[in-house]
Amino acid sequence: MINSGKKLMTGLAGLLFCCLVAVSCYATDFFPETIEMNVLTDLYGGVVFDHDLHVMITEGCAVCHHHTTGTPVVDSYCAKCHADEGPVETVSCQGCHTLEPVTAQSMREQRDVYRYHDDKPDLKAAYHLSCLGCHMEFGAPAGCQDCHARTEAGDAFFRSGQFAPAGSAVGPAH
Amino acid sequence: MSKITRRKFLAGSVAGSAAIAMAPTKKAFGANLEGFPDGMGVLVDLTRCVGCRSCEAACNKEQKLPEPDKSFDDFSVFDERPHGEHRRPTEKTYTVVNRYDQTKTEPVYRKIQCNHCNEPACLTSCFVNAYKKTPEGAVIYNDKVCVGCRNCMIACPFNIPAFSYSSALNPIIKKCIFCYDTRLKDGQVPACVESCPQQVMLFGKRKELIRVAHARIRRSPGKYVDHLYGENEVGGTGWLYLSAVPFKEAGFNVSLPNEPIINNVKDFLAIVPMVLAIWPALFTGFHLLSTKGKSHGHGEGHSHEEQEEH
Repeated sequence: MINSGKKLMTGLAGLLFCCLVAVSCYATDFFPETIEMNVLTDLYGGVVFDHDLHVMITEGCAVCHHHTTGTPVVDSYCAKCHADEGPVETVSCQGCHTLEPVTAQSMREQRDVYRYHDDKPDLKAAYHLSCLGCHMEFGAPAGCQDCHARTEAGDAFFRSGQFAPAGSAVGPAH
Repeated sequence: MSKITRRKFLAGSVAGSAAIAMAPTKKAFGANLEGFPDGMGVLVDLTRCVGCRSCEAACNKEQKLPEPDKSFDDFSVFDERPHGEHRRPTEKTYTVVNRYDQTKTEPVYRKIQCNHCNEPACLTSCFVNAYKKTPEGAVIYNDKVCVGCRNCMIACPFNIPAFSYSSALNPIIKKCIFCYDTRLKDGQVPACVESCPQQVMLFGKRKELIRVAHARIRRSPGKYVDHLYGENEVGGTGWLYLSAVPFKEAGFNVSLPNEPIINNVKDFLAIVPMVLAIWPALFTGFHLLSTKGKSHGHGEGHSHEEQEEH
């Protein structure tokens, strides 16, 4: 009994290990290990996103990539149309989410092209809503400068650091 | 002869005053404005706000406001309770973000600024006509004619206009103008909206925003309270709010009527021209008629009878 139990545990552990290796190989083979997010830098510097790490810890690609990677769709709203689809050409965030701020007008124009993509956030919001939503839910770092360092322009904008108001108690970094 | 004149006169006066009392009510005040058809607004989705205060910093920069008391990355301001209340806009900050702690869920952050009403109470309360509702939807004001009476501060149902108490010589009203001068009149997105990392705010035509807001509620019925704050409150506001918690718990005034604030005094205001224009003439007429023929003093009791006999 003990032996078979041990064997089972060893087998399961081995299986888990294989899965992890397979997933990580899959990730490193077909997807970038890291992604540099630096198209929006101004008040903050860019972010080097550890894609590998996030592949390991999320349920599936679709948590971030909606329906574009061909893996099972998580969001029930996306699944209404895209439940059984293969991967599509555009997978990156900035392939779909625009740099320009979204307005009601741009949303309406978008709706004329893709009927149900009518409330799509712009790139800055797509990043933050997706990243910060998860980070806050799972207790991961959620401060602004936990992910991206503030630039001098950012310090001036927030009136912080060397631009802090005289007499305020706040130091350079929050 | 005199009897008929008197009767005619009275009938005419009553009919005339009634007509004047009714006519302006119907024409000048009666119809509820739906605002300018292409008026812009902003949809604020409170479920997305994380309280980063970027919008406050953006407003400060765009409006060239004075240096704040604390840095915009200092979150201790959320614990401040000036005069026992959450922070409100001041002469130095046209918008503020406040935190409202919840018993069951995570705290809710709410940005406040001028809501740019369709029928602004500040505008109707201003006796020097400093305020203006522009076709683009902004409620702006001319600080050159403002006399600092602070009527608008009392009239505003959202406690938005602030007063430059620090100015000894020319204290005037200060408030959010929807970035009218620098952005809105050119169709550009307001500074706070642009700065938001979470796209809490969506800029667009008010009519379209109402549609977007209701679509969001329909799509995620469990996520939102089924109400769009500002759609009907005080006759409709340009800035609209969606929330996951009851609006009262996010610090909103939920006792506001759907009627514009001006409706509280419309009936009274309609009577004012009647009182001022008709009453003097009416009562002068009464006086003249009642004293006709006895203008030469008292004690001529028989003269009235004589007149009747004619």
